[in-house]
Amino acid sequence: MPDTHFYRYDDYDRTLLAERIEQFRDQVRRRLAGELTEEQFKPLRLTNGLYLQLHAYMLRIAIPYGTLSSRQLRKLAHIARKYDRGYGHFTTRQNLQLNWIKLEDAPDAVAELAEVDMHSIQTSGNVVRNVTADHYSGVAVDEIEDPRIWCEIVRQWSTLHPEFSFLPRKFKIAITGSPNDRAAVRVHDIGLRLWRNEEGEAGFEVIVGGGLGRTPMIGKTLREFLPRDELLAYLEATLRVYNRYGRRDNLFKARIKILVHEIGADKMREEVEAEYATMKDGALRLPAETIEAIAHQFAPPILPERPAVVPTVEALRLEDRDFALWLKSNVAPHRVAGYAIVTVSLKPAGAPPGDASAVQMEGVADIADAYSQGEIRVSHEQNLVLPYVAIEDLPAVWRALGRLGFAEANVGKITDIIACPGLDYCALANARSIPVAQRISRHFAELARQHDIGDLKIKISGCINACGHHHVGHIGILGVDKNGVELYQISLGGDVDFGKTALGTILGPAVGADRVVEAVDSLVATYLDNRNEGERFVDTYRRIGLQPFKDRVYASV
Amino acid sequence: MPLFRESGIVEDPWLKLADDEPLPADGLVLVSFARWRQARAALLARRGPVGVAFANTEAVETLGADVARLDLIALHFPKFSDGRAYSQARLLRGRLGYGGELRATGNVLRDQALFMLRCGFDSFESDQPGFDAALARARTLFSVVYQPAEDGRAPASLLRLRHRTPAVP
Repeated sequence: MPDTHFYRYDDYDRTLLAERIEQFRDQVRRRLAGELTEEQFKPLRLTNGLYLQLHAYMLRIAIPYGTLSSRQLRKLAHIARKYDRGYGHFTTRQNLQLNWIKLEDAPDAVAELAEVDMHSIQTSGNVVRNVTADHYSGVAVDEIEDPRIWCEIVRQWSTLHPEFSFLPRKFKIAITGSPNDRAAVRVHDIGLRLWRNEEGEAGFEVIVGGGLGRTPMIGKTLREFLPRDELLAYLEATLRVYNRYGRRDNLFKARIKILVHEIGADKMREEVEAEYATMKDGALRLPAETIEAIAHQFAPPILPERPAVVPTVEALRLEDRDFALWLKSNVAPHRVAGYAIVTVSLKPAGAPPGDASAVQMEGVADIADAYSQGEIRVSHEQNLVLPYVAIEDLPAVWRALGRLGFAEANVGKITDIIACPGLDYCALANARSIPVAQRISRHFAELARQHDIGDLKIKISGCINACGHHHVGHIGILGVDKNGVELYQISLGGDVDFGKTALGTILGPAVGADRVVEAVDSLVATYLDNRNEGERFVDTYRRIGLQPFKDRVYASV
Repeated sequence: MPLFRESGIVEDPWLKLADDEPLPADGLVLVSFARWRQARAALLARRGPVGVAFANTEAVETLGADVARLDLIALHFPKFSDGRAYSQARLLRGRLGYGGELRATGNVLRDQALFMLRCGFDSFESDQPGFDAALARARTLFSVVYQPAEDGRAPASLLRLRHRTPAVP
């Protein structure tokens, strides 16, 4: 088995994890024995990733910075098979959710996770959640520095943090190391963007108070440039200000974005900087050796030299249209000549977005071992990524993925839909998301048509908590409940690209479930009729505005 | 409400004084932060030790150097899930260098005892059955911590530097 090229647990990490599981096992035992009330137990189980959903408990497993080894992915498959119904759901925050867990099995399931150095700690609850990163980290052509080094540093600092285990509300951090943001850093509680100043020194832009949910907001920059070794001190200062002053009187106003909005970015900055000034030279300053030791573990593999131009790949591209389309949409350039980044589409036509069966997970693990240094990434767009595929191997990878049903050439296209679990699973949802995604996916299944329509991001949430990120979809779809009827509100023009981050504008009255596909079809038709050469859907929308789209959609009502 | 330290149950020698009760000439008295601000001089002129009880919305850092004059500070958890007093505790211990008794009051439960200890609390009012046994064991739950706090424990990152433990393959 290939060695891993990301953080490896040492005895400290493994000890903490083992002790955490024993603590959780005792808490579950006390709950089952009636020694803990559900109210007392709730935050304990949540900070171990265990939700009580509509039909059963759901276990949310963290995939820190979206990076997995093949061995870890096989273990996830095993857990899905043994403790669940043989499949899992990859989420928009680089987690895997298992929807049919039994409370009494949960400690054993997390103990099995720990065997491969994984956990479900702080994937829920009012704490710092799993820290997410660009899924192309370490292999992206445009990267300044691998953000996963910093995610790991933040993961450790935030794990079981005694001061921040009962925050006003959940807290999500995302880090990107590239100018092209693939981690949506402006819509997180804290977004960190690594960049290099004029002196050539790398540091963080610290963006605070972004978020989606019922009050979507774009984050504000508190610090243009933070030296890297001061990251934890700055985060601790920010969290302390939030812990003390964030609202706790109203669940819906408790996120840090509301605090920033209410007191203003300037006042927030003043508070954070004042707090930070008292701690910046303290115990949280990161010694260079600590940073180096962690960075060292993320050192890229030494890849064997492989040809950058491969005649057989070229030939297949010309003779097989599906392969050509797949190369276009699912394969991205790599830092290393002769290699490519392959996105594994978890969105085959008509399937629930982000779902994978145990067999499929094992299949992807096998492909990763054979062709991608044994490594897999999980993207916030609910796909998997093979980060180290030789160009020469692309035909073999394409065929192998095809056998799993994961070679759909639709990455970034209209059927590469992000959707939350919705009313099929979730206790909070107002409406179903997955069936809507499936209908759109089937309607637009024809690949040549998808490629003609081009880049178009559809994002679907089953309620205003916006787990499906509908606010930042080029087409956003939000399920609402009107007197027991599931309706869908459509918005246009959302975007998470850095520098263009925007929230969508509501198109008009919500439409019935049976009208969603038709409405999307009208939106696409409006785009196709109006687009200029080279314009994406969202570009045309920005140029011509909402009205033409609106007229067409509601003309047929 | 029973009072605990890690060593076990203890007598509470402090008189909790309501804001409208007259100040006794001696003995240990615990007053609200409002009363402290209003009667600071009178409180300090007494013979007995003084303690101050804070609501979790009050600014403990405004005590400044006065922390050295106090023998007890009580911080409140109106609900166990309201974590503001953790930050107050760290400000008192870490920033102001408060060295006296730091007491957790309110909805104080065993599953939060370790977090409280790590933030610098050293006495606890709790009526939860089994709290004392859980408190006595709380520090042993985890032999590794990942972040510095107020308990002086070296986080894993520091131990790694000291011992240069190679990663287990």
